[in-house]
Amino acid sequence: MDRNIAGVTIQVNEEGYLTSFQQWNQEVGTALAQEANINMSPRHWEVINYLQTEFKNDVPLSIRKIGKSGVVDIKEFYQLFPIAPLKTASKIAGIPKPASCI
Amino acid sequence: MKRIVILGAGTAGTMMANHLRNHLKREEWEIDIIDEREEHHYQPGYLFLPFDIYEPEDITKPIRDFIPHGVNLIHDAIDRIVPQEQFVNMVNGDRLHYDLLIIATGAKIAPEETEGMLGEEWQKSVFDFYTFEGALALRNKLREWEGGKLVVHITEMPIKCPVAPIEFAFLADSYFKNKHMRDKVEITYVTPLSGAFTKPKATTALQHLLDVKHIQIESDFAIEQVDNDRKIIIDYGGREIPFDLLVTVPTNKGDELIVRSGLGDDLNFVPTHKATLQSRDYENIFVLGDATNIAASKAGSVAHFEAEILTDNILRYINGEPLKEEFDGHANCFVETGGGKALLIDFNYTHEPVEGTFPLPGIGPLRLLKESRFNHMGKLAFRWIYWNMLLKGTHIPFVSTKMQEAGKEF
Ligand SMILES: Cc1cc2nc3c(=O)[nH]c(=O)nc-3n(C[C@H](O)[C@H](O)[C@H](O)COP(=O)(O)OP(=O)(O)OC[C@H]3O[C@@H](n4cnc5c(N)ncnc54)[C@H](O)[C@@H]3O)c2cc1C
Repeated sequence: MDRNIAGVTIQVNEEGYLTSFQQWNQEVGTALAQEANINMSPRHWEVINYLQTEFKNDVPLSIRKIGKSGVVDIKEFYQLFPIAPLKTASKIAGIPKPASCI
Repeated sequence: MKRIVILGAGTAGTMMANHLRNHLKREEWEIDIIDEREEHHYQPGYLFLPFDIYEPEDITKPIRDFIPHGVNLIHDAIDRIVPQEQFVNMVNGDRLHYDLLIIATGAKIAPEETEGMLGEEWQKSVFDFYTFEGALALRNKLREWEGGKLVVHITEMPIKCPVAPIEFAFLADSYFKNKHMRDKVEITYVTPLSGAFTKPKATTALQHLLDVKHIQIESDFAIEQVDNDRKIIIDYGGREIPFDLLVTVPTNKGDELIVRSGLGDDLNFVPTHKATLQSRDYENIFVLGDATNIAASKAGSVAHFEAEILTDNILRYINGEPLKEEFDGHANCFVETGGGKALLIDFNYTHEPVEGTFPLPGIGPLRLLKESRFNHMGKLAFRWIYWNMLLKGTHIPFVSTKMQEAGKEF
């Protein structure tokens, strides 16, 4: 479905994740973060950039992997994105909901 | 004479031994299968053992009984694979050369990954049911437990049979009802996922059942530690959940031999092409069952579908033909819902669990995503099918390897 955010139209799925990463920019990310009650700091953006890089390299993301990334440890990841951090951060980053295998 | 070596004689390895022996000439191919255990465990039975539904002897049988004539069964622990030299090294120092290798060493629990899980309370008030020993110890505990807060918990994904923990919660509800003590037990289901399951449709169906059975759910819980003194579990965000009895599914990992061989990812699962089941690093190594890193369920039913496709692909590989990109992630599993009922879900890489009938479009008799007694019988029949058909590589009538779309509501 379409939605307007930060002055642009983006496509999101029923859970609010962007369906095409091409439509993402930093303003969109900031606006999505505000909806999750998060004020983005440079440290937040470092983590978001890391997630986007991993996504572009087709690396599936998990909390465990982020904890071992050297970019951020799990404690800090939770401080930055307190509620369901991996999902929240993925949404802000404009990448798909992490596929926890079933 | 060339040699195929199969690592692991569990569900997947045993099926491959049976399939390949049927297809490959004995004078051309020797087939060896290695396992450190003597007993084959029917792991789905671990779910029923704690509730006194199955006895230990229902779920273990000698591995030897399922290995066909013409396949050498080697009973030893594997140290590592040396893929550059095409050798498997055994812990006892033996070495075995292979032309083609199949990795089917499965997944196991790693409670040591979570701080405090293996603390003083382990097997006193903290239990797992993903091992035979754990399920048995839990059975003994449940027989005498007088009630309190029961917490059923998943540490992190992926885990084998991802529906088993919620089934455990449903069966616990029935068990305590039958013992006339349901009012003394508070059941909470704690998951790292954002709902009862990963896929939205199945989540709705399962959430409804949790509500009906008065089982609380705590979602998005990423455990940091088990506090043995205070008997609580704590997540990275500081959330605390108290328990009197914690039934946890610890982190699941591949065997350490995969790390020693330099072949695994961060959970010791082997990077594998998801449609062909060839290893990503070596073309003469194939991987199936719980040992792979592919985003399909770690389930016996998946291993069964994979084994049929992998057999074709190995025959192609041997004949120098291109591999077929066939595996679609097809899984189907019965979900025990307690009170003698079950539901059935069927899904693959791209389709989420759907409603409809199975295996015959429009007829069933099994109903997808709906609770019924017939589904429960199906789940119990699965044990018979497992021992008598699945392991021997017999094709199960009407059940196709790839997911069928007829008769299902997408
Ligand atoms: C509680 C529970 C409930 C389940 N319920 C269901 C269900 O309802 N339906 C379903 O389809 N699936 C279910 N499963 C999942 C199913 O049991 C597994 O997916 C299946 O057994 C995987 O087969 P596998 O061959 O990959 O691994 P396994 O069957 O685990 O076999 C691996 C083998 O490798 C051997 N091995 C490993 N490392 C070494 C080594 N270093 N040296 C020598 N040998 C080694 C092991 O001894 C073992 O025999 C359940 C699992 C559990 C735990």
